[in-house]
Order: sequence, then C-alpha cells, then structure tokens
Amino acid sequence: MGIETQLGNNVLTTSLEKLVNWARRSSLWPAGFGLACCALEMIVAAAARYDMARFGMEVFRASPRQADLMIVAGTVTKKMLPAVIRIYEQMPEPKWVIAMGACASTGGIFDTYSTVQGIDQYLPVDVYIPGCPPRPEALLYGIIKLHEKIGKEKLLER
Amino acid sequence: MGDNNTMILNMGPQHPSTHGVLRVILELDGEVVVKATPDIGFLHRGLEKLAESKTYHQCIPLTDRLDYVAGMSNNLAYVLAVEKLLGLEVPPRAQAIRVLLSELQRISSHLLWLGTHAHDIGAMTPLFYALRERDEILFMFEMICGSRLTPSYFRVGGLAQDLPEGLEEKGREFTRTFNAHADEYETLLTKNKIWLKRTQGVGTISAEEAVNWGLTGPNLRASNMPWDLRKAMPYSGYENYEFIVPTGKNGDVYDRYMVRMMEMRQSNEIVRQVLDKMPGGPVIAQDPKVIYPPKDRVQENIESLIHHFHLASAGFPAPAGEVYASIESPKGELGFYLVSDGTNKPWRFRVRPPSFINLSALAVMVQGRLISDVVAVIGSIDIVLAEIDR
Amino acid sequence: MDLITVVDRVKQKFPESVLGVSTFREETTLEIRSEDLLPLCRFLHDDPEMAFDFLIDLCGVDNLPREPRFQVVYHLCSTKTRLRLRLKGSLPGKNPKIASVFPVWKAADWLEREAFDMYGVTFPGHPDLRRILLTPDWQGYPLRKDYPLRG
Repeated sequence: MGIETQLGNNVLTTSLEKLVNWARRSSLWPAGFGLACCALEMIVAAAARYDMARFGMEVFRASPRQADLMIVAGTVTKKMLPAVIRIYEQMPEPKWVIAMGACASTGGIFDTYSTVQGIDQYLPVDVYIPGCPPRPEALLYGIIKLHEKIGKEKLLER
Repeated sequence: MGDNNTMILNMGPQHPSTHGVLRVILELDGEVVVKATPDIGFLHRGLEKLAESKTYHQCIPLTDRLDYVAGMSNNLAYVLAVEKLLGLEVPPRAQAIRVLLSELQRISSHLLWLGTHAHDIGAMTPLFYALRERDEILFMFEMICGSRLTPSYFRVGGLAQDLPEGLEEKGREFTRTFNAHADEYETLLTKNKIWLKRTQGVGTISAEEAVNWGLTGPNLRASNMPWDLRKAMPYSGYENYEFIVPTGKNGDVYDRYMVRMMEMRQSNEIVRQVLDKMPGGPVIAQDPKVIYPPKDRVQENIESLIHHFHLASAGFPAPAGEVYASIESPKGELGFYLVSDGTNKPWRFRVRPPSFINLSALAVMVQGRLISDVVAVIGSIDIVLAEIDR
Repeated sequence: MDLITVVDRVKQKFPESVLGVSTFREETTLEIRSEDLLPLCRFLHDDPEMAFDFLIDLCGVDNLPREPRFQVVYHLCSTKTRLRLRLKGSLPGKNPKIASVFPVWKAADWLEREAFDMYGVTFPGHPDLRRILLTPDWQGYPLRKDYPLRG
C-alpha cells in the first residue's frame, strides 16, 4: 500500500492500522498448496465439520495472484522447491506463510537426500504448526495465532 | 511451440485438479491432446532408502505415509510381507479386525476420491457430503488407535491392541446408515446429464491393454476384467466373507465411477459381516522373539523390561530370503518385496505402487481427447502422489 | 497348472538359461542368464498355457560387496492360472545392462525408468530411458548401497 509513505508516523496511522489489520486478517485467502498428507487435513478443515469459512477463508484460490496466505502443507522436496519459491514470489504483498506439519517445518521423518529440511530455509515462515499430520483443530489454532500476529502488525512495515 | 502447429502447455505441479504434485506436459492441437507426458517425482522423499536403515518394526510408520488416504491398507500389506518372511501365524481375531479396518479404509478412500473427482469435474456438492461420512470413519479410527490419518495400528503378528469398547456399536450404526448416504451421492451424479456427458466414453482402455499396462484395482475391473486379489488370492481371512466384485463394461471414466460406488456398498456389507462373525481370542501371535511382552508385565518384571528394551532398540532378526506379499488396496495391487540378509533391518524394501503403474497408462487414455477430459481421467485413475513418488 | 510344471516347461525350452531355481515360503524364484531374458519373457507371456499376462513389478537390488553386484527382479502373475513367478537376472557392477521387456509388457515403461534412475541399470530397447523421480541433472544413483542416505 502506498498510503503509509504519504502519512508518516502519527496518531492517525494507529487507528488506521487497526482497521487495515482487521480487514486483512478477517479475509485471508489461502493459495491451495497441499503437497502431501497434511493436505488432506487441510481439505477436511475447509469442509463441513471444521469449517474454515467462519474465519473468512473458505475460498482456496487456484491462482497465487489472488491469494495472500500460503499454507505449505506437506513435504517439500528438492525437485519441488523451485515451484514453491516461484509461487511465493507470484503472490502480491502483503503475504504470509504457514508451515503446516513436521515436514514443512523441519523436514519431518524424511531426513534423506531429496527432502528440504524445512521450508524456512528458503521462505520466511510466520506460523509453524507441528504434527504428523496436525489435526484440523490444530490448523485452525495456527490460523488464529496468525490472525493475532497480523493484528499486531505496524502499518508502515508492510 | 511444438512441431506441426501444436502448443505445449504445462499443467502443474501446483494445480487444483492434479490431486497433489503432478505435472503433465500437454502437447495440444487447439484443444485436442496430441500427447500427454506426466512428469513425476515432486514428492520423492527417499522412503525406500530410508527404510533400509530402520528395523522391521520401525518401518511400519513409514508405510502409513505412502498412500496417505488409505493408511491401514499400507500397514496391512507391509506386516503381511514381514509375517510371510518370518513364517508367523496371525490369530483369527486379529485377521478379522484387519479385514474390518481395511474395508472401512476402502470406503474412506473411495469417499475422498468421489468428493475430489466430482469437484474437479465441476460438481461441488458431493465433496461436502462425502467428507461428512469420511469424518465418521476417521472418528472410529481415532477411537481405535489415536490417529485419523496415519494409524500404524497393525503390528507384525497381529495388532497393537484390541478394539476399544463402543467401537462395535459405532460400526454397526455406520453400516446401518451408509447405504442411504450412498444413495444420496448417486442421486446427485449417476443419472445427471452433465455427469454422463463428461464421463461416458472418456478415457477408455480395453481389458487386454489394461492388463498389459499393469493396471490393477477398480481401473482394471472397469474394463470388464474381474480380477480382485481378495477373491483370486485371498489373504487375512477374506475367504470367510461373501461379497461381489463389481465390474464395468467399457473401461471409461463413468465405469470407473460406477465400480467404485458399488465397491463402497460391498465394503459396507463386508463390515457388517465381520461385526456379526467377530471371533474372540488374542489379537497378537505368541512368539517372544518378535512380539513385545504385555505392558503391565513390562512394568512389574525385570525380564520383560529387558525383553521389551531389546526388541525396541535392536528389533528382531529375520531369516535370510526374499518374499513378496500383496493386497487389494483401494488403488489396486499394493505389494511389498522384502529382501532380508539375516539381520534386523531389511536389505531391500521395495513398494509395488499401484498408482505409479496406473498413471503410466494416462498417455494412452487421453490421446485425442480434450483438455477437460485430462482432468476427468486423472481423477478417475485415483492417484496418490506419495505412493507414486515414494 | 502349477509352479513345478511351469518351471519344468521353462527348463525344457530354455535349458541353458535357467541358472537356478529356489523356493522360499511357497514362492518360486528362477535365476536366469541376463542375455536370455527377452525370449524367455516372450515365451512366458505368449504361450497359452503359461499365460503370464501381468508384469506386477520390476525392481533392482544392489548386493554390494558381492559380485555380481546388481540384480533386476521381475514379478510375474497370470490371471488365468493364478500363479506368481519371480525372475532374477544378475548384472555386473560395471556398466550393468539388461534387455528391456517393454515389447512384451508395457507396464515396464516406467518401472525400468525407475530402476535406471535409482540404480543406473540401462535397458537397451526401452523407448525413452531417462530419469523419472529425480531431476534430470541429478548426479548419482540413490538406491545404490554406496550412496549416503542424506545425499
């Protein structure tokens, strides 16, 4: 947003911050990035029982250009890594990354020649959700933590 | 640009309809597919090599993560292979529970397939209905072993522990209501004109070609080839239950859909029979060299503690030799080929992946069809990338 | 038709090719000479009494430090006789190659590509032998015993 460069740091921006952060966190649109087993728990979290729509997130955008959250759900391998980074770069600012599951956070049980040991080696991760796979409630808890984190963001930093 | 005015289009690896990280390179003449080349390996995690450094027990959680939609089936195929290698007999109650859980897992896998396949073709409602039933089954799995997706419940020689109280009641309630739910899905799709137009005549493969390409599972049976390992080479007590093996006629996407719908109903029938005929008795074999001692003895008795420690840290040595054991998993024939050199770790741990071999026939099935048919065919083959790439 | 008859017929038709027969846990394995693989497979597939129409699996095994180092293992199945058979061809450690069975069973297409990718065994006669699971520029063959787990 270009507005912060015009305003400078004053009392007007704090209330504006609250409004903007509320708007951003209430309708985070995830880019569908299910790679492996964690993707199934992500799909279930979006379905009827663990409804993600109550957080404004039921639309999984197919195109990264329309998304602002990337939930890396599953193992990232060295062959897949260039695609992950490219999708991340295609997302417009502001954007956030959740590393869902043990494999995305640290490589999980796959300490082998072809697995990237955690996506945080290549992308800035905002929230890590441990589990193999984490329950859908765990994913929702991670998303709520991300909402809290967005709520504290300063307008001039994004 | 390709030759002869064809266009090369890249589909994936990040794509909403590829059911995971699959990349298909399409050579198109307008909208007609001239050549489709799948590019796989985006989820290759080195599982076969990792298993060579683990003891036989430690490999069981690795197998969960193969076909992650049907964790129990992978566990079953692996423990059957190890039991064959050791020459170990499994008690009848454990075999019956294994059949019960495999069939529930089959229903769960087909439900997810139905939801995602219909969603790809454009019918979004069945996804939410199917996931509702699937959650019932996952709740039962959670009651049994604590985990929804990655059970690791079967052990070499039987099961980790007996079924909990209340499971039988829940299972019976599920079988009572499932047929009505299956009717719901069929009402939405089976005679729907749009569904028929998108699926009939699409992705056809004949029986001889299917066998030659190595297709197994519902893909093969839809081409009018009645080959089901549960009937042809029964394992784990399947010969005690009565069920039909449905087949299709033309081998197109619609037939694969009908075969899986009927299989779900038959699995429901098997679950009901298993619950009615469930034998009593122990749930694990009595072989102290392989089986852990019961937990209460471990906490009271020093010999049992040492025994437990030894098995947990060093595992058990298997006789030198090689075996191949396979089951009819929801995707097809899932087999494990184990080569043992006499130590406690497998020398070679080979997974015979049904989805890998099923997907290799994709190029044949979509030749000359439109791009939208590619999506329908990929969905109908029912692939899981973790099994393809291992 | 049973496995003993199958083995006898194979030994009759290809007396030089069968190097050994073993049975373990009711499974029969035929050790064959790698040069004779393709005619033997054609026989097993085309003969109406053998009728091994399914190539279930094809994989490599690395037996370092023993020589011959590599083995390629074929699992066959017949939907007509409901029998399973295993064939093994042994290959030297240096430049291992064995004829492709793609002309007999198309299922060998991706299976042989995977054996090439993981072990470096080449299959002359395969229409398109290139890496399938790893990137095309990957160095080394991961499932070999001298390749480290962590790469």
